[in-house]
Amino acid sequence: MTEGAGGSAVAGTTPVHCTLRVNGLRHELWVEPRRTLLDVLRRDLALTGAKPGCERGDCGACTVHLDGRAVYACLLLAVACEGHEVVTVEGLGRPGALHPVQQAFIDHDAMQCGYCTPGQVMAAAALLAADPHPDAAAVREALSGNICRCGAYQRLVEAVLAAARSMSAAPASVPPAAMAAGGGAGA
Amino acid sequence: MAPVPRIVRSTYEYEGRTRESITVVEDDTVAPWGAEARLSVVGRPHPRVDAVERVTGAARYTADIALPGMLHGRVVRSPHPRARVQAVDAAAARGLPGVHLVLTPDGIPDDLPQPLQTEVHFEGEEVALVVAETPEQAEDALGAVRVDYEVLQPVATWEQALAPGAPEAVEGGNLGHGGKPDVWEHGDVEAALAQSEIVFEGDYATAVQLHTALEPHGSVAWWQPGRLTVWASTQAIADFRNGLAEAYGLPRDRVRVIAEYIGGGFGAKWGPDRIHHLAVIASRLTGRPVRLMLTRHEENLCAGNRPGTRQHLRIGAGRDGRLRALSLRSYSLDGARGGGGTVGGPVRDMYAAEAVRTEESSVYTNTGPACAFRAPGYPEGAFALESALDELADRLGLDPLELRRRNHAATRWGKPFSSNSLLEMYEVGARAIGWERREALARENRGRRVARGLGMAAGCWGSAGWPPAHAWVQLQGDGTVTVTSATQDIGTGSKTALALCAAEEMGVPLEAVEMRIGDTDGAPHGTGSGGSGTVSSMAPAVRAAAADARRQLLEIAGSYLDLPPDALRLEGGVLSSPERPDIALSLRELLRDLGPLNIVGRGGRAPNPSDLAVLAAAVHFAEVEVDTWTAAVRVVRYVAVHESGRVINPLTMSAQVEGGVVFGIGYALTEERVVDPRRAWALNANLEDYQVPTVADVPAVQAILLDRPDERLNNAGVKGIGEPPVIPPAPAICNAIHHACGVRLREIPVTRARLLAALSARSAE
Repeated sequence: MTEGAGGSAVAGTTPVHCTLRVNGLRHELWVEPRRTLLDVLRRDLALTGAKPGCERGDCGACTVHLDGRAVYACLLLAVACEGHEVVTVEGLGRPGALHPVQQAFIDHDAMQCGYCTPGQVMAAAALLAADPHPDAAAVREALSGNICRCGAYQRLVEAVLAAARSMSAAPASVPPAAMAAGGGAGA
Repeated sequence: MAPVPRIVRSTYEYEGRTRESITVVEDDTVAPWGAEARLSVVGRPHPRVDAVERVTGAARYTADIALPGMLHGRVVRSPHPRARVQAVDAAAARGLPGVHLVLTPDGIPDDLPQPLQTEVHFEGEEVALVVAETPEQAEDALGAVRVDYEVLQPVATWEQALAPGAPEAVEGGNLGHGGKPDVWEHGDVEAALAQSEIVFEGDYATAVQLHTALEPHGSVAWWQPGRLTVWASTQAIADFRNGLAEAYGLPRDRVRVIAEYIGGGFGAKWGPDRIHHLAVIASRLTGRPVRLMLTRHEENLCAGNRPGTRQHLRIGAGRDGRLRALSLRSYSLDGARGGGGTVGGPVRDMYAAEAVRTEESSVYTNTGPACAFRAPGYPEGAFALESALDELADRLGLDPLELRRRNHAATRWGKPFSSNSLLEMYEVGARAIGWERREALARENRGRRVARGLGMAAGCWGSAGWPPAHAWVQLQGDGTVTVTSATQDIGTGSKTALALCAAEEMGVPLEAVEMRIGDTDGAPHGTGSGGSGTVSSMAPAVRAAAADARRQLLEIAGSYLDLPPDALRLEGGVLSSPERPDIALSLRELLRDLGPLNIVGRGGRAPNPSDLAVLAAAVHFAEVEVDTWTAAVRVVRYVAVHESGRVINPLTMSAQVEGGVVFGIGYALTEERVVDPRRAWALNANLEDYQVPTVADVPAVQAILLDRPDERLNNAGVKGIGEPPVIPPAPAICNAIHHACGVRLREIPVTRARLLAALSARSAE
C-alpha cells in the first residue's frame, strides 16, 4: 500500500488542525487524522496516565472520560474528539487532592503492578458519577472491560464500593479539576 | 569493629532445581527476629509506599519514557512459522519520510549481538528493524520492507514433532537435550509399583498459557559515547545491566538500567532479549535514543509462554492410601526454544513415597518459544499429581484430604524442613471452606441441573531467596533514611516490604524511608524478581544494612550524649535512654547539632542453611457450580491457605495470593493459546480471543496467611509468596468439578467445549 509513495499517499497522514479540551485546558494541535486520542494524549500532551495495553479495545488500560463517560482512548481518533471534554487520570485528582476513588484504591490496595490502575480508576469514577450507589454486581459490570492481569479484582470491587460510601458521606469532596472539566459532573 | 569476611559455599533451590553459590559473608551477625519479637511496623497492613504515584498516573513505566530526539522502532517479523529468509529489500522503506534506519540481518556489525534471524523457527521471529522519527512513520516503513522467504513446512504440534520422519523444527532435532530426557530417581520405582496393592495410571494435558503482562516487553535505549542507558520493562535490572555490559564490552558502571515501574512480568521479563538488543544497536547506529515496545500481537506471538505439557503419571499405593511409588513421564511443549522449568517438582517434593522417578523431556515445534512463567513447571506438574491423587482417593473410598494427610512428608528425602505447616494448613482450610459439607452437597446435587462441588489441592515451592543480595542504608542530613539496591518492584509490593524492614530495624517511621530501587546507577547488586526471591533475598540484606547504619549512628549519638551506645534507644526516629529519662532527641535534632553524618550501613544476605529443606506451602479449596446443561463453570468460593514464613505486609501479601488464584482460575478454565495444526499460526494472539479472567469471572478469594517466622532460614524469617498461589488452583477446581458432576477432566483449560463433550460422553454411557 505504501509502494512508491511518500507519507502523504497513506490515508490520514496529512496533519490537520484540531482543538482538544483535556482536563479543562484547551489545546491547539496539528495531528494526523489517523492518530488515536490515546497516542495524542501520551505523546503530544505528555499525559501518560492512560496506558497502551492492546490498542484495540480489549484491555481498558487506556480508559479516559469523554463528556463524563468512560471510553477507550485507543479506539477514538483524536480528531473525532473535537468539541468534547476529555478527562484523564491526571485531571481526576492529584497528590494532596485525590479523587475518592483514588484514595479508596490506595486504602484497599486495589492494584499490583499498577499499569491498568489509571484505567480502572477512570472506569470506576465514571460509574460513580452516573450511579452514586452501585451494588457489587454493578461495579463488576462497569469494570468488566478493564483487565487486571495481576488479579486485584476483589480489591477493586471493595474499593469502588468504599469510594461510593465516602462520596455520599461527603459529596463536596469531588476535586475542583473534575468539576472544571465537566467530567462526570451532572452526567 | 570491621567484620571479617569469610567464604561460604552453599546450595539453594531455584524454581525446583538446586543451584550452588559462593557467598562472601561479612555481616551475618544480625539475630533473626524471633516469633515473639515485638515489631512496630513489620507485620501490620500498610498501603504501598508508591500507591499515590500508581493511582494518579504519575508512575513512569518504560512505555511512558519520552526523551528529546527519541526515535521509534518496529520489528519486521516473519509471518511464516518455518522459513528461510532469501532476501530483504529495504530500499523502499529507506526512502520514506522520517526513516533513519532499516536494519537487516546482514547489516549488523560483527562485533555486536545478532538479534535478526535468517532461519525462521516460529511465527513472528525477528527478521528486520525499522527506525523512524515517529511511530506512524515507523509503521509505514514496516509495511514497505519486502522480504522474500523460502517457506518450509512447519511442525505445529507435539504429535507432528514426534512422528517418524518429522522435519526438524529447530536445528538439533525436535527433542531437547539431544533426545535424552532429564531423569531424577530415588529408590526403585518399578519394584515399588509391582509391590503396590493399587496401581493408578493417568494421562494429563495442559495448554500453553501466555504471560499477558499488561505492559508489553520493550525498552528505550540511549547509547552515548562510552555510556549506555536503557529504560527496560524487566524483572531484573542488575542481571539485565550485567548482560548488556557483557554483550557490548562495556564496564558495568558505564551501563545503567532503569525500571522504576514495571507493568507486570510473571517470569517473561528477564533479558536482555533480542528486542532490547535491537533498541541498543539502533541507538548506537543512529546516535539517538530509540524506543522499541512490542504491540500486544507481537507480545502474544513471541514474548514467551508457559509450555503446554503431556504427562503420564503412575501411582502405586497400599489399600490404606499410603504412597509407595510415583512415576512421571512428561513432555514440555517448549515451542521453538525452551526454558519453562521442571514439571517433575511436585512429584518429587510434595509427598512421602518409597520410590519416585521423574523423566522430563522438551519437545520443539515451530511455535512461540516458552520461557519461565510464574512457578515454572509446578502448576503443570501439580495439575497431574493433585488430580491423580483425587482419582486414587476415589478408588480407595478415602477423603482426598485424608489421603494427603496420610502421605505427609515429614522430611524431604531425609532433610528436615526449616519449617513445615502443611498439616495445620489442611485443617485451617477445611474449616474455612466447610469441607464437611462434601457429602451433603453430593446428595443435594442428584437430579439438579446446576451442581455444586468442593475440591482441594496442595502445592509446594522452595522459595527461600539466595545470596548475593546487597543493600546500603544511608542516613540523610535531615534524619531520613534511604535504602539503595539494584533490585525492583514488579508490582508485588517488594518496595513497601523492604521499606518496612528498614524502618523497623532502623527505628524510624516508615515515612522517613525513601526506597532507591529500580535503577542500577550507583547501587549495589540486587536480586532479580524470579523464583519468589525478591523479598526473601532482599529483606535480610536490607535488615542487615539498617542494623549496620543504626550501630554507627548509636555510637556517634552515644559519644555526643556521653552514654554507651547500648544505653540508647532509637524508636520512631527519636533517641531516648532508660538511664537518662531527660533525653528525647529526634534524629533531625541530632543532625542539626552535629551536621550531616557520613553513615552508610552495608548489608548482605547470608546463604541458606544447606542442611534444611525449604517449603513455601499452599493448600487451596475451591467451591464450584457446574451447569450440567451448558457446561458453564463458576468458581463461587475459594480459600487459599499459605505459609511463607513471616508476614511482612499482610495487605500486599494477601494480594499476591488473591492475584495468584485469579491467574490459576484462568489457567484452569479459559487460557489456551491455540495454534493452527497445519500451518502453526497462532489463532488467538490478542486479548479478546485469548481469555484472561475479568472482574466478572472470579469470586472473592479468602487468603489465609499463617504468620510463621522461619527463624532458621534468614534473619527476617521470610520465604517467598509470588509463585506458590498459582500452583494449586487448576487441580483444586478440576477436583471440585468432579465432585460436582462426576466428570473428570484430565486436560486443561476446562473450556465449555471440553466439559460439554465429557458430560455428553457420560450421558451416552
